[in-house]
Amino acid sequence: MTFLPYAVSAWLFLVGLFGVVRSRNLIHLVVCLSVVQASTYVLLLAVGYRHGGAAPIFADVPLGSRTVDPVVATLTLTDVVVEATVVALLLALAVQAHKRFGTLDPDQLGAMRG
Amino acid sequence: MTRRGRMVLFGFGAVGLAALMAWGLAGLPSFGDFDGAYGTLLSKIAVPERQASSVVAAVTFDYRGLDTLGEEFILFAAAVGVLVLLRIQRGEEDIPAEPQHSRLPTGRSLTLRSVATALVGPVVLLGLYIVSHGHLTPGGGFQGGLVLAAGLLLAYLSGAHLRLGRARPVSAMELSEAAGAAGFALIGLGGLVFAGVFLENFLPTGTFRSLISGGTIPLANVAVGAEVMGATLLILAELLDQHLLTHGRHRR
Repeated sequence: MTFLPYAVSAWLFLVGLFGVVRSRNLIHLVVCLSVVQASTYVLLLAVGYRHGGAAPIFADVPLGSRTVDPVVATLTLTDVVVEATVVALLLALAVQAHKRFGTLDPDQLGAMRG
Repeated sequence: MTRRGRMVLFGFGAVGLAALMAWGLAGLPSFGDFDGAYGTLLSKIAVPERQASSVVAAVTFDYRGLDTLGEEFILFAAAVGVLVLLRIQRGEEDIPAEPQHSRLPTGRSLTLRSVATALVGPVVLLGLYIVSHGHLTPGGGFQGGLVLAAGLLLAYLSGAHLRLGRARPVSAMELSEAAGAAGFALIGLGGLVFAGVFLENFLPTGTFRSLISGGTIPLANVAVGAEVMGATLLILAELLDQHLLTHGRHRR
């Protein structure tokens, strides 16, 4: 019974969230959010792992050998693409916030509105 | 709310969340003992059915192709979103669409520029290799498309970011992105026409472990590669333009 990879995933999630809450810069906040999202990659790949399993790519692995789950690998790929798009959109919003308010500090954004 | 108050509140929330996560994760099968019927089945049947040696690519572009089609359109929508966000802003502030000055992105360092120039060819070639061998080895359209975008970004780093006039390949990137997205959808429609099911493999599957194998999987990889390259370059070009615009304004 080993749960270490799951614990790593939970830790990444919490430490990323901590960074988001503490952040004083929108760019830093986006990077922290990507740490939160990284926890889901660890979780997905950990769930699909099988002891002694090779990658499910039979380029040099003999057919019929024990492999890890290919479905979670595909889900992780989707996850990575979604993260990239979220980061791109948030960075564009950060650029806009900086133009509008002249600051990247999330605490200052509301105060500058007047 | 003060920062201190917020941190205290987060502390309570985080402890609660950690407890819930520990409870939930403890219910998962022990690490390494996963026994998913779906994945096991796919590992067994993907090679006989599709002759593609990368089962991950077969799952991504064939068995779960509809999922990937959605994923590709998410990327498409995000690129459009970034363009809309940043271009509207340009209109608001009456900044000309083209920067008024040229700038060397890597400064005047000849070493950096030579290294970047020397790397363009190999990196683009690597990207093409990764896209075209996606159904055989690890890699594929998403990964190869990003490598291709990095290669073209190196071309940008090696030269001068001149007045971005007509030479700027933005319309080519837009075309690449749109053609890639449409290409995947057309492959899906091809399945509907020739095999009766949307995204069903309708081409001969070829020989196992050769470049011509996997039916529609390599085609889908090429389409996704073009789309990812176009979308990434568009997003990067738009963000770089913002930098040039602000840079120009400070100098004025």
